[in-house]
Amino acid sequence: MIGVTRTILAKDLLLELRTKESVPAMTLFTLTVYVLFHFGLDRDSLDGELAAGVLWVTLLLAAVIGVARLFATEREEGGIDALLLAPVDRTALFLAKASGLFLFLVAVEIVAVPAFDLLLLGPGLGGTMPELLPVLLLGNLGIAAVGALVAALAAETRARELIVPLLLLPLLVPVLIACAQATEPLLRQDQGPEDLGRWLGLLTLYDVVFVLLSVAVFDYLLED
Amino acid sequence: MAAIELDGLERRYGERVALAGVTARVEAGQTLAVLGGNGAGKTTLLRVLAGLLRPHAGAARVLDAKLPDERWKLPGRVGYLGHEPLLYRELSGRENLHYHARLHGVAVRRVPELLAVIGMDRRADDPVRELSRGMVQRLAVARAVLHEPDLLLLDEPRANLDPAAAELLEPLIGRASGRTRVLVSHDVSGTLAESDVVLRLKQGRPAAEDEDLYR
Repeated sequence: MIGVTRTILAKDLLLELRTKESVPAMTLFTLTVYVLFHFGLDRDSLDGELAAGVLWVTLLLAAVIGVARLFATEREEGGIDALLLAPVDRTALFLAKASGLFLFLVAVEIVAVPAFDLLLLGPGLGGTMPELLPVLLLGNLGIAAVGALVAALAAETRARELIVPLLLLPLLVPVLIACAQATEPLLRQDQGPEDLGRWLGLLTLYDVVFVLLSVAVFDYLLED
Repeated sequence: MAAIELDGLERRYGERVALAGVTARVEAGQTLAVLGGNGAGKTTLLRVLAGLLRPHAGAARVLDAKLPDERWKLPGRVGYLGHEPLLYRELSGRENLHYHARLHGVAVRRVPELLAVIGMDRRADDPVRELSRGMVQRLAVARAVLHEPDLLLLDEPRANLDPAAAELLEPLIGRASGRTRVLVSHDVSGTLAESDVVLRLKQGRPAAEDEDLYR
């Protein structure tokens, strides 16, 4: 199964490199929203809860773009039929799609987080990166697991552009709460990583539950 | 044991009946010709036989797999050539075939061999989107037979092919392939000439021999 997962993931990354359909759009969206907040809030810098909220809500909305495109090529070019005709475990498709989305989010954040720092933060993120990094990675994992599941669910429906945000965003509320709460102390002027362990624990639990749940139900989503 | 046995097969899309009362028996190595006009249910039948769609009533057994319960037995044993080539437009023909070879657990050295057989070795590294329809169809045929399937489900397999290309593909998908085949085509005389069993469909139901399928 790992070999097939790698094959599908490599194909998806190659297609993204050639078409540049998801990552540039997600990144541009994120940068645009940070610029809008920069001017819209009319403040020199944000900190604490507001900064954490702006960071994570923007990243979640950018993820919606990636999730909506996750199965687009498969749907338009018959990729799902090809996979159903091949003797492969369908879990490999879930793992490949979730891994792809995870990597897309990492790529977006490599640009988006420094831009957020530059446009909206007073204290700066430099010293807090070691604490912020696990929050970003665990947040991405949760978004990727739920995103791949929702993308597969919406892939064969006509109103997929509506279904993706309507299903995805409510399911990601726990991720948003945990990520924002874990990030908030890191972005305060009097910063200190209080409760970080508790929120990272909650994120880990969420990720484990949704990865297992997705693996369990993914087969049925592809059934006729 | 027959390769395909259908008895009163039925398939619906919501309330609409796409196939009903379809009965046929095809022995291993034989060719079943499926004839019918647009919307007769030919593509639906191929998708049911491929295990991509679930039959809703009747009995269907394909390569010893009872459908729908044993659909899991079919992947890797069926070569499906439908309306869509199942190729990624941004990848080259070679990359597409490598991808499918890995999915099917086929050695990648079969890819250059097949590309040579279908006469695509010189354009194998061009993106599929830059190829003519006939070239894409050649690649789709290579994709369908890459894993040496026991059963070939062919929907208009010679569409967009010039006579030379059609001749080139004959050993892969023609009678000479020796495989059990289900052949859908609007070329009635050509299809009848290479078939052992004929299934005539009109609006999803079997039609009598004297019935006009296209009006």
